[in-house]
Amino acid sequence: MAPVATTFFFYFLSALTVLSGVLVITRKNAVHSALALIVSLLGQAALYLMLYAPFVAGVQIILYAGGIMVLFLFVIMLVNIEKSQKEDQFNKQWLVGLAAAIALGVLFVLVYVKGRALFPDRAIQMPETSNTQQVAVLLYGNYMFTFEIASLLLLVAIIGAVVMAKKRI
Amino acid sequence: MLDYITSYFKSELTPGSAGNMFWAFVYIVLIFLGLSVAVIAMNWLERKILAHMQVRLGPMRVGPHGLLQPIADALKLLIKEDIMPAEADPWVFWVAPLIVVITAFTVFIVVPFGPTHAVTDMNIGILFMLGVSSLSVLGVVMAGWASNSHYPLMGALRSSAQMVSYEIAMGLAVVSAVLMTSLNKEGIGTLSMIGIVQAQQAQQVWFAFKFFPLGLIAFFIFAVAMVAETNRAPFDLPEAESELTAGFHTEYSGFRWSLFFLAEYSAMIAVSSIAVTLWLGGWMRPFPNALSGETWDLVFSLVPGLAFLFLAAMTFYNTARMPKHPYFKVQTIGLGGFGAVLALIGIILFLPAVRDRIQDIFWFSAKVALSMYMYIWYRGTFPRYRFDQLMKVGWKVLLPLGIGVLVLTAVAGILF
Repeated sequence: MAPVATTFFFYFLSALTVLSGVLVITRKNAVHSALALIVSLLGQAALYLMLYAPFVAGVQIILYAGGIMVLFLFVIMLVNIEKSQKEDQFNKQWLVGLAAAIALGVLFVLVYVKGRALFPDRAIQMPETSNTQQVAVLLYGNYMFTFEIASLLLLVAIIGAVVMAKKRI
Repeated sequence: MLDYITSYFKSELTPGSAGNMFWAFVYIVLIFLGLSVAVIAMNWLERKILAHMQVRLGPMRVGPHGLLQPIADALKLLIKEDIMPAEADPWVFWVAPLIVVITAFTVFIVVPFGPTHAVTDMNIGILFMLGVSSLSVLGVVMAGWASNSHYPLMGALRSSAQMVSYEIAMGLAVVSAVLMTSLNKEGIGTLSMIGIVQAQQAQQVWFAFKFFPLGLIAFFIFAVAMVAETNRAPFDLPEAESELTAGFHTEYSGFRWSLFFLAEYSAMIAVSSIAVTLWLGGWMRPFPNALSGETWDLVFSLVPGLAFLFLAAMTFYNTARMPKHPYFKVQTIGLGGFGAVLALIGIILFLPAVRDRIQDIFWFSAKVALSMYMYIWYRGTFPRYRFDQLMKVGWKVLLPLGIGVLVLTAVAGILF
């Protein structure tokens, strides 16, 4: 089935992602920030779907929205919200932050203007069906070693967390 | 317009894959109605079966044998006052039940009731189901936090810890089943729900019995994890009545509470249908290869009608056994009418045209119903786990078992 109203959905999802991203840093209540972050991540997942990468979208939802954010909320709920709301959460570096954000934006625009030849002039229609397979071939074929090294790194991090958190093992 | 509607009949695809919006909409409405009826029936059945397990009668007053009890309950919930605690976070409190309900119903768009009877066939079907149902825990956590009360917060904390832990064991079991699909004749694995059942058809074995006992162990892991995922007894710690009154939905009342109730049952049906699709052959009838041939096909195609006639016969038997006092006259007539409706459905299911189309849906539903009965049975027999025991089972038993099964399945797949 041919995609319907692609442009509309692209701008809609982008706006959703960006707006909820802004909400993450402007909300004073930490739980509201986390919920806005979830919306932002879901918007990203939908954008992956528009890029014909259903596997990445599914993994994004399971891991980030359904797994990591639940643990985030778990920790945040244990914090005393009323007390943390009274505290001034904003450190005085917004000027530097704004400068960095503008610099990054300018960089993106420059990359787009200078390297326009590198971008395809229309979206490539990938066969949606083989996305999972392609990811698997890349991960377990071409980049097997890198993939295994990354998993080793994560294992070290897990063991490190357990060692630090537990007094007696 | 009419051409658009009828053009779908020629295709051998699901409405979503064929791109037919009309039939996709019809399927969505049918599944929604079917689920609502199933939840109502489940509510009555659970109370009745639990009661009989505990040598009680259960609901008997509203309608014959309490048949109208769920409807009376639903009416009561709709007209009940909807209370929001004064200190609650209004937005989150309002959104939480919606998230739980939406996620619980959305997963059904990929559930394959038959080779063409699904709203759509995604090539990441099983991933989609796991992902969307893992979002429901967010609703539970939000409900517990937004209520701004101690019991719901405890329930939400328990629920998030429990669901995240068991999701891992569940995922490992699912992966080992998906691995088995790559061993079919074409040699290509699939995540699509319809593709998984077709792989079982091609390999002529339910995945629960493949590489005995590996498939069975994976099925067992999933069966335990799915009870924990849906917060049901014996893993119902997030809503343990004896400790937390009602857990995360203590502060909810009226219609919002009924949304949680609806979501719980529809999530149970959803995970049961994952289990049925992955390990119990989905829509396939029992013994499609051992008892094959036209005669057996005919015999098995008569089962749906016979099942309904059996139910009708039981209803008539109980109608005859109703007390003869004039006070029970209306109820006796009502029960007789219910039996007549069941018998009529049974007779309609014998018509050859209906028989052939309804078979897949019947076998799928029958397997899911069996799994739902197991849920009630667990609740009637197992005592509730302590939280440390729950975590121990999840991390120290199911997770290593799942990894072991996954590795052994891969080895067996290479060897055989």
